[in-house]
Amino acid sequence: MHEAADSAGSAIISIHDLKFRYPHGEFRLSIPEFAVTQGEKVAIVGPSGSGKTTLLNLLAGILPPPSSVPGGLIEVGRTAINELNDAGRRDFRIRNIGFIFQDFELLDYLTVLDNILHPYRITGALKLSDEVRRRATHLTEQMGIAGHLKKHPGTLSHGEKQRAAICRALLPNPSLILVDEATGNLDPTNKTRILDLLFESVAGHDATLVAVTHDHELLPRFDRVVDFQAFKSGGGS
Amino acid sequence: MMDSLYLAWQYIQFNKFKTIILVASITLIAVLPLILETLLTESERQLLDRAESTPLLVGAKGSALDLAMNSLYFDDEVPEMITMDASERIYDTELALPIPLYVRFKARGFPIVGTTLDYFDLRKLSIAQGQPLTMLGDCVLGAKAAAQLGMGPGDNLVSSPGNLFDLAGVYPLKMKVAGVLAPNHSADDLAVFVDIKTAWVIQGLGHGHEDVTRTRDSSVVLKRTEGNVAANAKLFNYTEITEDNLDGFHFHGDTTIYPITAVIAVPNDEKSGTLLRGRFLEHDDAQQIILPAEVIDGLLQNIFRIRNVLDAVIALVGLATALAIILVFTLSLRLRQREIQTIFKLGCRKAMIGRMLLAEIVIILLVSGVLCAAVLGVADANAEELVRRLFVG
Repeated sequence: MHEAADSAGSAIISIHDLKFRYPHGEFRLSIPEFAVTQGEKVAIVGPSGSGKTTLLNLLAGILPPPSSVPGGLIEVGRTAINELNDAGRRDFRIRNIGFIFQDFELLDYLTVLDNILHPYRITGALKLSDEVRRRATHLTEQMGIAGHLKKHPGTLSHGEKQRAAICRALLPNPSLILVDEATGNLDPTNKTRILDLLFESVAGHDATLVAVTHDHELLPRFDRVVDFQAFKSGGGS
Repeated sequence: MMDSLYLAWQYIQFNKFKTIILVASITLIAVLPLILETLLTESERQLLDRAESTPLLVGAKGSALDLAMNSLYFDDEVPEMITMDASERIYDTELALPIPLYVRFKARGFPIVGTTLDYFDLRKLSIAQGQPLTMLGDCVLGAKAAAQLGMGPGDNLVSSPGNLFDLAGVYPLKMKVAGVLAPNHSADDLAVFVDIKTAWVIQGLGHGHEDVTRTRDSSVVLKRTEGNVAANAKLFNYTEITEDNLDGFHFHGDTTIYPITAVIAVPNDEKSGTLLRGRFLEHDDAQQIILPAEVIDGLLQNIFRIRNVLDAVIALVGLATALAIILVFTLSLRLRQREIQTIFKLGCRKAMIGRMLLAEIVIILLVSGVLCAAVLGVADANAEELVRRLFVG
């Protein structure tokens, strides 16, 4: 199912000659060319340890980019991620990228609403306003968790937690949404419902979606599927 | 900063139990030495006040501290006895007013203080209910003693036998409560005051019994000679002094050799006090004269030494607790690595994470500080009462 990437001028992600390895590990990831166009919904598949999550972390600037490769490039929008320092990558991430994690990564001590608003409280790059709060409420209504705003994540089901995590990722209106096995912890019913909601929201925000998944049943819903077996990698995931 | 505080507050609220333990530990460690300091300072003040208002004290040679503690605070440790003659000796010098004290017996746990009316003037004790001592067998209760016994004027209080197995010893005397003193905030509040002669009656040195010359029961009379009647043990002894049997009470022998525990000497002036002290300097004198303030000051110096040891112990415990608290915070940070990673992944700067953790510590320290101040405020406001309860009874 591997299709060639369309590296036209409207590409929101452009990777050229990416070579990455963890400082103290055997794992290596090598991507000669990879591009995703604006509004595209791309699924990344591949065996465990092929570097799918590593790629998402590199795109989000969570992992420090490889700087030792001459000519290597990771570009999101028109920003070269590999040329930004730590603070620059964090600011860029919080403004432009919504990240949905496999394990939800909600904070137990915050209510659902506070978790959704959390990115606004931890950085000066986003300003928490009444308009943002209204948008958060609207998003939770769309996701069907408006009745749980004052609850703590510990009291929610997996599906409800993932919906809260999606609201948190979508609230700043990011142009790129990265999803790492978002449905891995969900039962089939919840899985379908969450994906429906995610795709609706992404379409509504005109965002680009790059999702890592092991679930081949979901692949027909994506515009394109990238199989990571094509890339030279080895070690961990 | 507001966001850091908000998030820190949410964390603290969610982890109430952990926070309460931390706050309680910090508060306890901070407040204990401060409360100890407050109580010791207050106890010093109270002890010294009492001692400084007692000019000179005469008693048997021996422990000056026992003499002072028994005479000033009616301590259970009874010093060696002296005789009433000591009081006469001081009176004869015309240098001071002698106030005899006989503090040996108890009534339902409260010390019975045998003395004269001059004692009430010295201590500025005033009657709140009833009347002063007027008759043999009367007693006047300190304010707290009256409250704790639930007694007032007109009630009867029985002295406690010195030893249950001492059949030939002290007989319980049923005393009539003549009055109750106004609170004085001293050991006087917990005492039962009687005339010195009533104390001797309690000891059995004075007694009352039916008139053997008029008794109709011939079996009581052992031997009858001209001017003298000898009775046996069947003769009825009074255990209560009333107006009807008052005349039947009498003391055998010279009362100047009757026992007392001390004499408070109130010198006419400073010079008289110095002169009086000189009269007790003879090596073979069986009595000593002490300046209570000096004795209590010596006691306080010992307390100071103990306080230094206590301070050192508390400092060490405080240090250990501080280290334990640092360990708790460090372990907490380790346990929160995943949470910190999540916040970092969302785009948070390390400085912001540091600010959040700092805000948590600041909130915990602030709450502990406020709690500490509140506890100290309460302790300070009640220090006088607390010290009285701890040291007076």
